[in-house]
Amino acid sequence: MDAQSFHYMRRKFYNLLALSVSVISAGFGIFFLFWILKDVISFGLPALNGSFFTELPAPPGAEGGGLANAIFGTMLITGIATAIGVPSGILAGTYLSEYGRKSRVASVVRFVSDILVSAPSIVVGVFVYALLVKPFGGFSAIAGAVALSIIMLPVVIRTSEEMLKLVPDATREAALALGAPHWKVTVHVVYRGALRGITTGVMLAVARVSGETAPLLFTSFNNSFWNFDMSEPTATLTVTIFNYAMGPYEDWHQKAWGGAFLITAIVLCVTLLSRLIVRRKAA
Amino acid sequence: MPVIDRHKADKAGDALFKGVSYFFALLVIVLMALIFVVLFKESLLSIRAFGFKFIYTSVWDPVAGEFGALPAIWGTIVSSIIAIVIAVPVSLGIAIFLTEMAPKSLKGPIGTAIELLASIPSIIYGMWGLFIFAPLLSEYVEPYMVEYLGFIPFFNGAPLGIGMLPAGFILAIMIIPFISSVSRDIFQMVPPILKESGYGVGATRWEVIRKVVLPYTRSGIIGAVILGLGRALGETMAVTFLIGNSHRISIALLDPATSISATLANEFTEAVEDLYLSSLVELGLILFVITFIVLALAKLLIGRFSYKGGNL
Repeated sequence: MDAQSFHYMRRKFYNLLALSVSVISAGFGIFFLFWILKDVISFGLPALNGSFFTELPAPPGAEGGGLANAIFGTMLITGIATAIGVPSGILAGTYLSEYGRKSRVASVVRFVSDILVSAPSIVVGVFVYALLVKPFGGFSAIAGAVALSIIMLPVVIRTSEEMLKLVPDATREAALALGAPHWKVTVHVVYRGALRGITTGVMLAVARVSGETAPLLFTSFNNSFWNFDMSEPTATLTVTIFNYAMGPYEDWHQKAWGGAFLITAIVLCVTLLSRLIVRRKAA
Repeated sequence: MPVIDRHKADKAGDALFKGVSYFFALLVIVLMALIFVVLFKESLLSIRAFGFKFIYTSVWDPVAGEFGALPAIWGTIVSSIIAIVIAVPVSLGIAIFLTEMAPKSLKGPIGTAIELLASIPSIIYGMWGLFIFAPLLSEYVEPYMVEYLGFIPFFNGAPLGIGMLPAGFILAIMIIPFISSVSRDIFQMVPPILKESGYGVGATRWEVIRKVVLPYTRSGIIGAVILGLGRALGETMAVTFLIGNSHRISIALLDPATSISATLANEFTEAVEDLYLSSLVELGLILFVITFIVLALAKLLIGRFSYKGGNL
């Protein structure tokens, strides 16, 4: 074999080796992820029944009961968090895309929100504990909702800014040229143009915070009963999963799997739905 | 309405709308500052009591009122490093597979699946790790690790299935979807003409990846990895289930350990004395400062690449 064809073989060999390593590692990652998904389905689905959705938790150690109060608590706290986080996030996003643009303030806001997006959620829990739980004498649903809205805020800001920026400037100029004031242009023209994108961003943000556990551990805490009072501790699905999975009873573990299945199914459905909305727009 | 009145109303509306949106934009900056201030204020008690000793001592004894954060800081950093060491090659493999190798019919579905998996709540990963993965590890993997690799101090310890290495591994599984979808987006930004030039002079696919794609995307990929590191450092639920909550520093990675986030999750609601609570808040402050620095670094690197943040 001459030197040139040896060199060629060697290049071919390295190519094959590197590409195989890449395929194997891709397979490794995907294998684990689907393994987890499979277990969540196969252990979680059998745990779901009528009483899971309608009954209160049974006393520790007793069989039966359900997580109805926790399911309601998750909806309540996520709902309030959305009501706080989404309007403020969209308005801040509006400032970035319509007014601030390249100003110094806008770039600082972008920088800070990008850091807040990935900030440890448990630290947000500690912060809200110091701000709303300790001074007001106890765990409360509203503290949990505020913690989730803080996590949601930067996500909504960045996505709504991105979506508003996609509306062409010519559209704004056309509306302004008709004599409409800037705020009317923003509300009636720019928001309308970006509506679909912003809705998608909001859905993803809601899905994300509904699966959060860490910021709720010491804000909304837990509760074995129905609670409709915003100033009282409230059970949520995720915190209940945490307590049940760490607990000693087999029945609790089953309930935890059921809760895990439910929360995963909701998050995946919302994420998938929002992707479909985006895709339809593209088509 | 007379024209002049209407003009005034429009002006007022403009000022109001601009003012309100400006207020909410500033709110984010205020929020960030407030987090620092409130955490600092609440940890003053512990800062006064222990000073810098808090960071480098390792006794954590709530009964005696003695608190040193070193084991928690050590655990946070070591478990994140384990996660990054495992997750980065796998994620880059997935990203390379998706952008350079997969046939069109696979690209879409696998890409979507990865993004969906990135949205699964971290508590699911932690719970799966505790119930499914830890028993398998302690039965089939760790005893052999100790037997055959035990001469390396890292691969030693109690084969419980719970400890630093299992926690780091689950953390890796959790950040793989995140790092791979961000790096896939970055790889896709390489201008096709550069790759085509590579292929045009007869380069193999691997040579194009190594000598064109990777150098072109270097700062972006480093940013994505650091972003993943930021996530791993602050992650709570995936770690808490598996790390074992032991305030002891051990070089053997199979031994139980703890991290800042796991300590907070496990002990915060039990802390009744002021000093205990204050020490826990100071742990939170330390975690926030560490992640702030890491994320700011990632932002600067990715910003240079004009890449605008990860997928949710």
